[in-house]
Amino acid sequence: MLFSIYRYNPETDKKPRMQDYELNIEEGSDIMLLDALIALKEQEPTLSFRRSCREGVCGSDGLNINGKNGLACITPVSSLGKKVVVRPLPGLPVIRDLVVDMQQFYRQYEKIRPYLINNDEPPARERLQSPEDREKLDGLYECILCACCTTSCPSFWWNPDKFIGPSGLLQAYRFIIDSRDTETSSRLADLDDAYSLFRCRGIMNCVDVCPKGLNPTQAIGHIRSMMLQQGL
Amino acid sequence: MVASTTSLGRSGLHDWVIQRITAVVLAVYVVYLSAFVFSADSLTFAAWQGLFGQTWFKIFSLISIAALSFHAWIGMWVISTDYIKPTGIRLVFQALLILSCFAFIIWGAQILWSV
Repeated sequence: MLFSIYRYNPETDKKPRMQDYELNIEEGSDIMLLDALIALKEQEPTLSFRRSCREGVCGSDGLNINGKNGLACITPVSSLGKKVVVRPLPGLPVIRDLVVDMQQFYRQYEKIRPYLINNDEPPARERLQSPEDREKLDGLYECILCACCTTSCPSFWWNPDKFIGPSGLLQAYRFIIDSRDTETSSRLADLDDAYSLFRCRGIMNCVDVCPKGLNPTQAIGHIRSMMLQQGL
Repeated sequence: MVASTTSLGRSGLHDWVIQRITAVVLAVYVVYLSAFVFSADSLTFAAWQGLFGQTWFKIFSLISIAALSFHAWIGMWVISTDYIKPTGIRLVFQALLILSCFAFIIWGAQILWSV
């Protein structure tokens, strides 16, 4: 099987290049793309990429695979055709080969205050939540911050310093809708500029690529509806 | 973040709501005008003047021209902040955009009330 992989070492290379590698995969067997990359690293020890849990939970190995963002560890090579083109996630600075600098992504995540804020007196034991209120967090809390969605979003490519991006906004809604959080209004007010939330143009690349099957566009729509109810 | 100074509304929500309301106005106007054009037996000068001579239709038309201008202002402002990175060029583009939006409204009013 043929792999074309993006190679770039800023310390020695003037510009990035695509390099081809052959890997023999036994007839009738199937492996994940991450396993293929690990096997290729045996041939070419300088090949760099991130991985950790190797089962789609940690979100370390988000890559651009045949033009579409996804997690290498849960993408079977059998689904990828004869030639596999692997690039780093688009829109972020490349540190080396397939490793990108996630700082811009994390900075946007930090902006939405990704933790519960409750200004009421703490109860003796714990803040309880009804099963109905807990259900509202389904489809939101599962985000693993792999950045597949945000780096596939053209609005994030053009304004990575100002637009929160689909992942951050999905997380923002996770705390806005949480019945135990008392900062709903200020969270909504924080997003009321021309960029943070409203730069979403409904392109929906985020929904297309999310390895966990989440829907950031829908969460963004819910945030807008809540804002509108307060703003009218 | 510094507030956007050349956008139509003062907040993202403001622009977003105006964008949607103006879209509805434009849709209604286009449907009404299309219905008039396709249902008329012959589009004579008298038929056009009969339509545009009525005060309510002049107002409806002027509101639609304003809606188009505001819609374009918001949309083109977004495009300029996405794609035009040099500040100087962006400022000139946005200034021309805003001036032409106002010019079209005034020009449209003049044409409508000359009928």
